Amino acid sequence: MSFEAPDQDQRTVMIPPPADNRVIDVRNLNFFYGKTQALFDVELPVARNKVTALIGPSGCGKSTLLRTMNRIYDLYPGQKATGTISFDGENILDQGKNSESLRARIGMVFQRPTPFPMSIYDNIAFGVRLHRRVGKAEMDEVVERSLVRAALWDEVKDKLATSGLGLSGGQQQRLCVARGIAINPDVLLLDEPASALDPLSTAKLESTLMELKDSLTIVIVTHNLQQAARISDYTGFMLLGKMIEFRPSSDAFVSPETSQMQDYITGRFG
Amino acid sequence: MAQDHTIRAFDDDMGRLNALIAQMGGQAENLIRDAVDALRRGDHDLAAQVIARDKQLDALEAEIERLAIQLIALRAPVAGDLRHVVAAFKISGMLERVGDHAKNIARSTLKIVDFRFAALTRVPAVAEIAEGMIHSALDAYAAQDPRLAEDVVARDDQVDALYRDLIRSLIEHLSEQSANVITATELLLVARNIERIGDNATNIAEAVYYAATGVVMPDRHRTPE
Repeated sequence: MSFEAPDQDQRTVMIPPPADNRVIDVRNLNFFYGKTQALFDVELPVARNKVTALIGPSGCGKSTLLRTMNRIYDLYPGQKATGTISFDGENILDQGKNSESLRARIGMVFQRPTPFPMSIYDNIAFGVRLHRRVGKAEMDEVVERSLVRAALWDEVKDKLATSGLGLSGGQQQRLCVARGIAINPDVLLLDEPASALDPLSTAKLESTLMELKDSLTIVIVTHNLQQAARISDYTGFMLLGKMIEFRPSSDAFVSPETSQMQDYITGRFG
Repeated sequence: MAQDHTIRAFDDDMGRLNALIAQMGGQAENLIRDAVDALRRGDHDLAAQVIARDKQLDALEAEIERLAIQLIALRAPVAGDLRHVVAAFKISGMLERVGDHAKNIARSTLKIVDFRFAALTRVPAVAEIAEGMIHSALDAYAAQDPRLAEDVVARDDQVDALYRDLIRSLIEHLSEQSANVITATELLLVARNIERIGDNATNIAEAVYYAATGVVMPDRHRTPE
């Protein structure tokens, strides 16, 4: 073992999950907002039924990376991704792939709760109806099951017909999670889902995510390092559009290898 | 640590923790030195003083424990910071035990009858190495220097070898002559306490090594049991 400082600024560390247990595999991903390159040869192996957290300072590219995985950037002209994102044996970046059906399998929850201005029930039913025809009895079941899995059922079961906008911020966010999982996605992407929530709502959301990973895979962008340490199985640290260090969370917060990650998580940046 | 924290108060707390460890380490070293001086000179007053001063180490240990727990609760340190705080916490416990060993040596001194006993004259040399190990282990902590920590661990072999020699000759003495049984028996205890001081220095060095590197010190640097 050597303690000579290697060329730390150039070093990246990847300790990925086993290759046979990845649901998404991002390789050589470059992303452009017009002429501005935001991601540089990024790799991200996403382990099945695990929580993968992406951390890094503002502007490091973590949200951009998340947005490539369900091609939500398609909605914005001038944004372009190159490289491969393997999902179920195919490269989801291939033009011509149907991004609607992709988003049914890779769902997303945003930073601010975004309930539709309709009843709690319809918030969930709406998304399900977009993807398939469902009878009333089955829809009742889907709505209940989704709300139970999002740990919201007990709080809203007596007021399903009232507006989703009447819920608290934490409840609204769990409603968005319920909506996201109602269509049985394989993967749920979350972009700072707890940043607008109080600690108790955050704890409820976190425990919801921990339970959901039995049945789906979660990728979460968070500024809350303790949150990443608490709920994730793998952590990727990004800086200036690059993946600097990726490893199991169990040692990411105890003994990170790169000086950049060490400096960032211990609060020594800049 | 190369760079300061964005939150300055964090660095202030860490600085206070380091200062307390340095203070406690200095007192532990003085206690060893005085305990061995008292033994060499047959100085009962100094031995009694050593026994009384051990309480100061206990108080420092409690203060370090309080500060370390506060740091963990309020600053939520991670990575190198977390390892550093945990190392300080462990080291304070080890230094407290070093103080107990010095106190035990002083207690034996109060019982020893013959201060010109041949084996007794060999004790200060072993004690000096053990005390030097404590000193270097604390230097390694202050500098977060894993190499210095490895060096401390390597020196424990010398203490162990001298300890075994001393024990052998004391046992020979006890089996051949009935004179000075009390002195020889107390010196067995003294030797054992010095050997344990060396072990504590080794443990401190291992804690420093882990805090500095994030990996457990490889076995080859460790003393075989």
